Formats: sequence, structure tokens, C-alpha cells
Amino acid sequence: MNYFLTEEQQMIRDLARQIAEEKVVPQRAELDEKEEFPWEVMKTLAQSDMFGIFIPEEFGGLGMGSFELCLAVEELSRACLGVSTSYAANALGTYPILLFGTEEQKERFLPDIAAGRRLVAFALTEANAGSDAAGVQTTAVKDGDHYVLNGTKQWITNGGEAEIYTVIAITDRTRGARGASAFIVEKGAPGFSFGKKEKKMGIRASVTRELIFEDCRIPKENMLGREGMGFIVAMKTLDQSRVGVGAQGVGVAQGALDEAVKFARQRVQFGKPIISFQAVQHMLADMATQVEAARALVYAVARYVDSGAKEITKASAMAKVFATDMAMKVTTDAVQVMGGSGYMREYPVEKMMRDAKILQIYEGTNQIQRNVIGQALVREAARKA
Amino acid sequence: MKIIVCIKQVPDTAEVRINPETNTLVRDGVPSIINPYDLHALEAGLRLKEQVGGTVTALTMGPPQAEEALREAISMGADDAVLLTDRAFAGADTLATAYALSRAARKVGFDLILCGKQAIDGDTAQVGPEMAELLGIPHIAYVKGLVGFSVEGVRVQRLMEDGYDIVESPLPVLLTVVKELNEPRLPSLKGKMRARKAEIRRLTREDIGAEEERVGLKGSPTQVRRIFAPETRKERKMLTGTAEEQVTRLVEELKSLKCI
Repeated sequence: MNYFLTEEQQMIRDLARQIAEEKVVPQRAELDEKEEFPWEVMKTLAQSDMFGIFIPEEFGGLGMGSFELCLAVEELSRACLGVSTSYAANALGTYPILLFGTEEQKERFLPDIAAGRRLVAFALTEANAGSDAAGVQTTAVKDGDHYVLNGTKQWITNGGEAEIYTVIAITDRTRGARGASAFIVEKGAPGFSFGKKEKKMGIRASVTRELIFEDCRIPKENMLGREGMGFIVAMKTLDQSRVGVGAQGVGVAQGALDEAVKFARQRVQFGKPIISFQAVQHMLADMATQVEAARALVYAVARYVDSGAKEITKASAMAKVFATDMAMKVTTDAVQVMGGSGYMREYPVEKMMRDAKILQIYEGTNQIQRNVIGQALVREAARKA
Repeated sequence: MKIIVCIKQVPDTAEVRINPETNTLVRDGVPSIINPYDLHALEAGLRLKEQVGGTVTALTMGPPQAEEALREAISMGADDAVLLTDRAFAGADTLATAYALSRAARKVGFDLILCGKQAIDGDTAQVGPEMAELLGIPHIAYVKGLVGFSVEGVRVQRLMEDGYDIVESPLPVLLTVVKELNEPRLPSLKGKMRARKAEIRRLTREDIGAEEERVGLKGSPTQVRRIFAPETRKERKMLTGTAEEQVTRLVEELKSLKCI
């Protein structure tokens, strides 16, 4: 397929692929087994300017957009979703600064992020605030030139490893969803510590951890946007990043498809390679078709996001839901095509299947995505009526 | 500090096949890469530059398409690149190559020259040391570690069969390096963008003032009689079992073959 990439986009894809093949594939099984954060890969990505793709040139980045970021995410996901989650979560944590930061905040944080010197995490989820993001309990109380944070964030990707955290906390409980605000909290801030490190089914190279705020004082200059804008910051950030989760789905599914095709050509049963059997061919054909369909949607939406379109919520939800449901199906089918071998850890597809599951859950479950799409349809229809 | 890194564009050996009829390399459709040892030399040059400042110039001799290899070197961090290209250089053996490269190095200027220990296509390991001789500077081959570096000179570990030597040399010096020296970096996106636009300096025989009879086929005393793939021995025996059983069987086998 020709995806009509520019020379620069091809360059990003090729270099991300090279990093994935040379630095990620050889150690993905070990990273998964040991649940080890992939610092070495992160350093390579930093050295190769991969953290700067979507950051403006004036802050040391390459000044490109969602689409180019998706190309990099897809290639890394093809090799290891744990690695790509750590990489993509960095972008997720950076978007609030990029979209809502003041010039000073951008100058203070973006150059380090673009160079990969400091890793970022996004902290919204809590024990009682998952799909119901408005259930956030963490509070931020103004005290002179500071805000004082109290509460616990849960399941935070890059927690403990990241040095910069964009955190959503309640500044005025009486105002409901309009009572939340967004803050930048740096590792080492007084009263900021890390709690439980989760043991996960998949994406085990990525780290998922609790953030604990106990009278954590941060300067008021660290607020993103104005007081009360917290949920707008969070929602706009997720609108922006969701298509990247779609790209993760395309990547991991492509990786699984490649493995299944390779295996089916080699595996001989009934005196023939199993790829010569129609039952297997049809499965592979469906998988390949689904991957291309999802890729087409993800690329189209990423380009749409980069066009500066205002209403991207529905489209990005569609890319996320379609590509990640597809990824679950294709990785499961890859295990099926490979049979007993597919189920064993000597082959990478069982990991891909375990990893793929998270894509239907994080950054808004696929049920929530369908709510979002449904609500958009209702709004659009009402507008026309 | 002016550092020259010599690189060679070679066929990717992972992709190379030998035609069993003619015993020659099948080069059709084989992608070209930078000789892997040269990447270690480039990495060493880039690290030295990062430590002590200066410039890294990538130098190669080859057909115009060798420019690709030079652009890759720039994408990894080389400041500039020089392509030594001229029909007169065609058919050069190691001596004629080393002569041309040494003339080019003189023209470019240097404090330090870094080369890979050998190229994976020719495997001679001659060009680096020959260059040093022609330039009248010292060389240290098989460098596996850079222990010390200053404007006065270098202190390196030279890989030997049974360990390593510590060797010192004043500058200018030529080093050929082995893979143990470092882990070459991957290109960066900014580097790749710079490489795409970078101007590659081209030098011809006349530009470097090389004598006509000392370059190319004319300047090459080496004559290739025949290239052939060594026959592979098909007889193999795999011993299995515990380590003890294997050792016992191995000793028996060796005795029966009258090896011990």
C-alpha cells in the first residue's frame, strides 16, 4: 500500500521501524518477563529525536503533528506495546502543556521533553474516577502563591519514572465538572510520592503506578489554563491523544499478522505448509483487510486532527474504538493461526494478545468511546433539525 | 580537533549470496550498507567530538552512489563528508585505495583518522595501516578501548588474542577499531533532515593531486586469480545428554578419530 507519506514522514516511519527492530524486538520478551521499564529504548528514542516529533521547532522539536507521532507509535507498537505505551503516555502528558501552557510554561518544560531529557505522565484516573472522570477526589487548595494538593491518583502510566506530571485536581467541589483544574507537578515536589506499582496482564514493560499527594505544595505558576478548566484540559488532551491509541492498535495488529503469516508459511501439517490451506488463508485475509481498514481510518483521523479541525472528539473516538477492537481480534486470531505455538511464550503473539487488551480499556474504554460517538450523532442531528 | 572517519559502502552480507557456478558474489538487488566496523569508528569519532570538541568528517572512495553512505554518516552526527570519486579510481586494490585516501586526508586535514578494522566484503584489514604508512604517521590497529585522549596523544587498548595491550601514540595518529569499542548510535531525525540537504564535497584524482599510475587498476599490484566459496563440511555430529555424558562421548569420539 502507498499511504502517500511525505519524505519526512517516511523518514520518521523508517527510523522508528529501525529502532523497533534493532532495539526493541531483541529484548521485548525479557522486558515483558521482568516487568522492566525500557530505559535503554527510551534513551535511544531520545537520541533519535523521537520525543520531539510533535513539539514546535521553537521549543527544540520537529514541529510536526499527530500523524507523524502516530507513524512512530505504530512502528513501536508493532514490536512491543509496552514500549509504545511508555512512549505514547509521554505525549499524553505533554499535550496539556502544549495545548494550554503559557509561553513561560512551554519554555520551561518543552525543550527538555522534546530532547527526551525528562519523561512526562498524565494523571487523571483515581480509584473512584475512571470512566466517570468527574468523580475525581484529589483536591488542590490555594494557599497564597501555592496550591496544596491532597489525594491519590491510580494506574498512572510512567508513574515514578516520569519527572513531569500533568495532574487534574478539584479546586472547587461546589462547581462540579467546572471545579477541576490542571497542574504541572514535578518529581521531587514536597509531599509528592509514589505508591503501589501494579502487576499487569500485558504491556508489562510499561510502568503503572499510584501517585500520592500529601500536602504537596506547588507554585501557582504551575497551573495549566485557568482555575476550573481542568476537565476541558483533560478532554482536549484525550481528543488529541486517542488517535494515537488507534495507531497502537494498528501497530500491534500488524505485528501479530506478520508473525502469523511467517509461521503459517513454515508450519507443515498434512504434508503442506498450513498457509496453503484455505481455512488459514481466509483468516489471514480477514486479518490483513481489517488492519488496512483500521490504518486508513487512523491515518485519516490523524490528518484531520492536524488540519486544525475544532470538532475532533467523534472522529478520534472512532479511530480509537475501531482500531483497538480490531487489534484485539487480529492478535487473538494470530494466536489461533499459530495454534499451540501461538500460545507459548517462545513466540511473540501471546504477548501481543495480552498487550492488545489494554487498548480497549485505557484512555477511555471502548464503551465510553461509543457513548462519545453516540452523543456526537445526537448533537449533530439536533443541529440539523 | 579534526577527526576523519573513513567509511566504505559494502553489500549487506546478510543478504549476499554466492553464485555456485561462477563463485562470485551475487550483487544484484543487494542493499548497500556502511561497513559495520566503520560505524564503530564513526561512533568513536562522534564521542570524541562530544568530549573535546572539533569536527568529524566522513571520507569515502567509491562510485557516486557511495554518497548515500556519507549521508547516513551525517545523519548519525558527522559534520560533513567527502566523496572521493573518479573513473580513474576504478579497480583499485588496497594499496591504490589507501594511496588515494591518504591524499584526500592530506587535502582535508586531520589530527586523528579513524577506520574500521576491515571491510566485511574484502576482509583484508590493510587499508587503514597502509594509509598511515603513506601519510607517514603512526597507527594502532584493533583498538577496543580509548583510555585517554588529549591534544598530545591517545592511550588505547589494542585487542590481542590473549587480552589487550595498552598503546600510546602522539597525534596525529590513525586508529582502526573493533566492534568491542562501542555501540554505534542510530541516526536522529534532525540528523537525517540535515543529511538530506547537506552538500557532499566531491574530490577527483586531480583535486587530490594523486599520480595517475598509482590509482585505480593501474596502481594496483594485487591480481585476483579466483574467488571461491570454501566448501562446507557436511559431516557433523551432535552430542546430547548431560554435560558429563557429552564429555565422555566427546573423548571417545576424539580417540576413535585418533585426535587424542
